[in-house]
Amino acid sequence: MAARTSTLRRSGRVLLYVVMILAAAGIMLPFIWMVISSLKLNNQVFTAPVQWIPDPVQWRNYVDIWVKADMVTWVRNTLVLSVAVTFLQVLTGSFAAYGFAKMRFPGRDALFLLYIGTIAVPWQSYMIPQFQMISSWGLNNTLWAIMLLQAFGAFGVFLMKQYYESIPDSLSEAARIDGLSEYGIWWRIIMPLSVPALASLTIITFVSTWNDYLGPLIYLRDRPLWTIQLGLQSFIGEYNAEHALIMTGSVLSVLPIALIFFLGQRYFVEGIATTGVKG
Amino acid sequence: MTTPVVGKQRTPGFVQPEPPRQLRAPRTSLKVRNALIGWTFILPNFLGFAVLTLIPVFTLFYMSLTSWNIFGTAEWVGLDNFARLVGDKSFHIALGNTFYYAALHIPITIVVSLGLALLLNQKLRGAAFFRTVAFFPYITSIVAVAVVWNMLFSPEFGPINQFLRLFVDGEVPGWTVSKDWAMPAVIIVGTWKDMGYYMLLFLAGLQTVPGELHEAARLDGAGSWQRFWNVTLPCLRPTMFFVTVMVTIQSFKVFDLILVMTNGGPGQATLVLSQYIFQKGFQQFEFGYASAVAVVLFLICILVTVVQFVYNKRKEA
Repeated sequence: MAARTSTLRRSGRVLLYVVMILAAAGIMLPFIWMVISSLKLNNQVFTAPVQWIPDPVQWRNYVDIWVKADMVTWVRNTLVLSVAVTFLQVLTGSFAAYGFAKMRFPGRDALFLLYIGTIAVPWQSYMIPQFQMISSWGLNNTLWAIMLLQAFGAFGVFLMKQYYESIPDSLSEAARIDGLSEYGIWWRIIMPLSVPALASLTIITFVSTWNDYLGPLIYLRDRPLWTIQLGLQSFIGEYNAEHALIMTGSVLSVLPIALIFFLGQRYFVEGIATTGVKG
Repeated sequence: MTTPVVGKQRTPGFVQPEPPRQLRAPRTSLKVRNALIGWTFILPNFLGFAVLTLIPVFTLFYMSLTSWNIFGTAEWVGLDNFARLVGDKSFHIALGNTFYYAALHIPITIVVSLGLALLLNQKLRGAAFFRTVAFFPYITSIVAVAVVWNMLFSPEFGPINQFLRLFVDGEVPGWTVSKDWAMPAVIIVGTWKDMGYYMLLFLAGLQTVPGELHEAARLDGAGSWQRFWNVTLPCLRPTMFFVTVMVTIQSFKVFDLILVMTNGGPGQATLVLSQYIFQKGFQQFEFGYASAVAVVLFLICILVTVVQFVYNKRKEA
């Protein structure tokens, strides 16, 4: 009896492994196909049956793309935006979170409720009034528009508040008695203790700004202002028959994000788990 | 911690102990001071948030009641825009397609991501690697993802149809170029992209399920299916609530995925509300009318959230 259950259990586990491996392969397939195709000759991309190993390997594609597309400008713009937005979001978000998590004053909870309420409001519903407003400031068709759009999201406040609440109040209490001001407590006690949360917020904000397509699509019309997503999309339209080269561009647009993700994965996962647990 | 207070020096923010008889007056001023300091913390972010999010949300309702268009005249037209929605065929199609997307995307995403989370929770070897893999699509850009999937879905020589032809004798789906199959194709990609995120949320939720409960249920002779149904799921309810709200809103506002994959086509087969707002507002410059469509999207999202909130509260009680 015992032996039978254990073989049953073992075969169950084997089955789980099979499911896991198949699922992983299925999920990764588009990326594998993307990388393989980016190294092919154009007429080898669509073949029947699928050619899984490029022959000859076309490293050339990774040189040509820089000539045919304005990648340098796109990457530079995207980098400027991502860094600026991340800096503002982390700074104002962690600052505001201190007020919400560690201080008590009238109106605090009502204010926080406003923040929470906007989770249910999709950006698509108010993008038009927002566009009108930003245009009326003369910031339409400038990188400033995207910075304003992305930098003050509620997400940073949530994430940091959630984390600050896990830091015992006795620490800030002790610092207060030692004569540290609230700003001092934030900067010298709370910030150093919340490095993991800061890392999460930094990575998540950076990646989402890098990937943003709709904001730039609406606000950035001049070619010199385009981000990598806008550029790639227009490249796809312009060279729609150059399948291999399009895949090369796609790989390049995903590469920095993949790198950041694999290096900072832990923070990514923890950041998302933190905001999700309490809701 | 390295700033000791020496003597009677006043350090900013440090509250000097006062003689007891003066206690009353300073306490109120202390409260005011405290509130002011609290506000200074919140203000930098709140200013940006209020100006860039709250004000547009409120102006939206005003704009939806005007005839604002490219000529910049915002004349009050009352509910005219909403009356026009009733007879607008494209709006009906967009609304229907949005519900079509949501009706499939919400349950499929929840089931798949919960399944993946349960699988990961089995503490298999290589689980960390699998978590990375499953989450990866979520952080990749929509443009790159859409173009790859469009190629995979390519009807003639795309790998997906080549694979299907191994099993199906006869007609295979035309995917993004077919009126009937474009929406399923978009839903597949949407689920593939989002499930990793919700999987992480479920996985975090699963860590809060007490092991003793499972042990007790096992001793009572409950099978794994019964334990899932009667122990895991009830314990997951807070997570389930959060995930459902998030995935619902995400489904109703779906936009960029469709914009880059099918651009609403073929015909209007995948036209959704968000895209209709975009078309009316940013391509035909009918800001007033587009705002009326946006109000509908806004109300759907709020309504769905409130309903789920009330339902969750009732279950909790």
